[in-house]
Amino acid sequence: MEETKPLTLTEAPASPRAVLFVRQDILYDFLKRLWASPSARVGGVIVLLTLGIALGVTAFDNYDATRDSSLPDRYAEPDCVIGYVRAWLSGSEAAIPFSEMTCKHPFGADKIGRDIMRRVGHGMSVSLRAGLIAVALSLSVGTVVGLVGGYMSGWVDSVLMRTMDVILAFPSLLLAVAIVTVAGPSLRNGMIAVAITQIPVFARLARSMAISIRNTEYVMAAQSVGAGHGGILWRHVLPNSLAPLIVQTTLGLGTAVVETAALGFLGLGQQPPFPELGKMLAESQQSLASGKWWVMVFPGATIIMIVLGFNLLGDGLRDVLDPRLKK
Amino acid sequence: MAKYIARRIIEAIPVIFGVSVLVFMLLHLIPGDPVTAILGERATPENVEAMRERLGLNKPLYEQYFIWVGNILQGDLGNTVRGNIPVANEIAARFPATVELSLAALFLSTIVGVPLGIISGIKRNSFIDTLTMFGALFGVSIPVFVLGLLLIFLFGVELGWLPFVGRLTSGVSIERRTGLHLIDAILSGNPRGFKDALEHLVLPTITLATVSLAIIARITRSAMLEVLNQDYIRTARAKGLKGRQVIMTHAFRNALLPVVTIIGLSLGRLLSGAVLTETIFAWPGVGKWLFDSIIARDYPIVQSMTLLIALVFIVINLAVDLLYAVIDPRIRY
Repeated sequence: MEETKPLTLTEAPASPRAVLFVRQDILYDFLKRLWASPSARVGGVIVLLTLGIALGVTAFDNYDATRDSSLPDRYAEPDCVIGYVRAWLSGSEAAIPFSEMTCKHPFGADKIGRDIMRRVGHGMSVSLRAGLIAVALSLSVGTVVGLVGGYMSGWVDSVLMRTMDVILAFPSLLLAVAIVTVAGPSLRNGMIAVAITQIPVFARLARSMAISIRNTEYVMAAQSVGAGHGGILWRHVLPNSLAPLIVQTTLGLGTAVVETAALGFLGLGQQPPFPELGKMLAESQQSLASGKWWVMVFPGATIIMIVLGFNLLGDGLRDVLDPRLKK
Repeated sequence: MAKYIARRIIEAIPVIFGVSVLVFMLLHLIPGDPVTAILGERATPENVEAMRERLGLNKPLYEQYFIWVGNILQGDLGNTVRGNIPVANEIAARFPATVELSLAALFLSTIVGVPLGIISGIKRNSFIDTLTMFGALFGVSIPVFVLGLLLIFLFGVELGWLPFVGRLTSGVSIERRTGLHLIDAILSGNPRGFKDALEHLVLPTITLATVSLAIIARITRSAMLEVLNQDYIRTARAKGLKGRQVIMTHAFRNALLPVVTIIGLSLGRLLSGAVLTETIFAWPGVGKWLFDSIIARDYPIVQSMTLLIALVFIVINLAVDLLYAVIDPRIRY
């Protein structure tokens, strides 16, 4: 059995390099444990992939939605790999030689001949950006509200939490619809509306953490040496509440992507002709009855992929970061 | 018990008040005048003034609010802006369609989700557990509007098995008693109407139920896992009780609290999902109607409906809390 040495004052202030070394070690250990979780692995790969595609499309493809239309290509069926496989599946007569496979519209084209793959790519970057901004907003506001409420308790807590109750009393989508109607339909207002509906989720989580941390010895120690409330919240309560907040942020990203797409689907998000996955799905409804599946399937599958990625990563993070929540 | 219920109702009053003020403020903040939206840009000033008078919009905002609250307390929800029809009649005509859809979805998600969760919990890490949990993950990740369109395409368009527009085929009618088509068809002995209503209900119900089903299955599984590790389960097994008896009377009964909580919460989520589901399937309920009313700034409808929804939430939460005492006799109020 190892002997535990009493900590002396001369040992306590570690050199910056040592601190850095320890931090790297923690990060390495964290990533190793994350990689050991299958759901985090799959989710992480999907998230990195979608982020990469979204960044790449935004950086390298200069897309002018206002001029995009090519009437000869109206409702062109998917060609390329998908077209080839479909032709091959449907029988030999329709099959074309592999060398003659064309790749004009791998995901097909929509009712005015716009390439769906290109629009899905740009729609994906819109959805991811909207999700990230919305969650950043609700995370920052919700965390402050929850930590302050939980730490201060008393009437501050009551007022803050009753306000959260009022937001929660609405079905979130309808509240977002009402806010967007007030502010005017646009992607930016949609993001803000989604952010507002998500604030109570983070506030309640942060509050529950703050309440359990409020009475710990280290907070009392900080209070007894005269540290201010703000300092205690920032240096002690917040760092110790991070794990569940990180998990909820990841899961919240999936929700935010779905909700902004839902607003787009209802015509209250990104306005046409700019590509947005929800709006593309709404437009696909007309052509669905005549069997034009590709207009709907590719934007739909993209949303599912983004949300699945965040949910898997969130589940994996929960297993690693917060063993108490593991069930 | 009665004291507890009374306290809960009193506690709910500030929340309802907050909700009503928030809705009122939000709606009156919407830029543009509802009167011009109704009468058009070319309305004469006299007509506009008369309309403002009829809607009570010429009074100060706080006065409008108190008039509205006063009317509500007397059971008068007002008339719709578009059409001048009593809001109460409109709600009575549409609410049953949403209730039928939501209850069907809740029924489906419970009847499938709870057993799946129990089986996954008992047979942890088995093939069926992995499959269920992956399915549940997929279920929470697929948005309502994507699933609805996929189902329409597969079962409505390609296979042609099920209808996907409205509640009934035109020409089929069901005598109205409760407003719930399935129950009305049984009450009036109308097998053709029952079949038609049921067919129309299938796709919207699956669409609406999937997310709740997935969440219920996940929660049931984790609650079962927690309970199955307890000492009293080992005791029950040790004293020779049959496996099924251990699972149902010892384990499941104790795992029921979080399951009931999540089923109650699901009802609220179903109301949100109903807006999208009703839009996709042209379901004549309150969800799509409320959405249209928000866009059209039809104040009386939106105000009454949000209040109704908030009340439904509060009643569900109260019912769930009271159910706790039924499930777990140690809980007393």
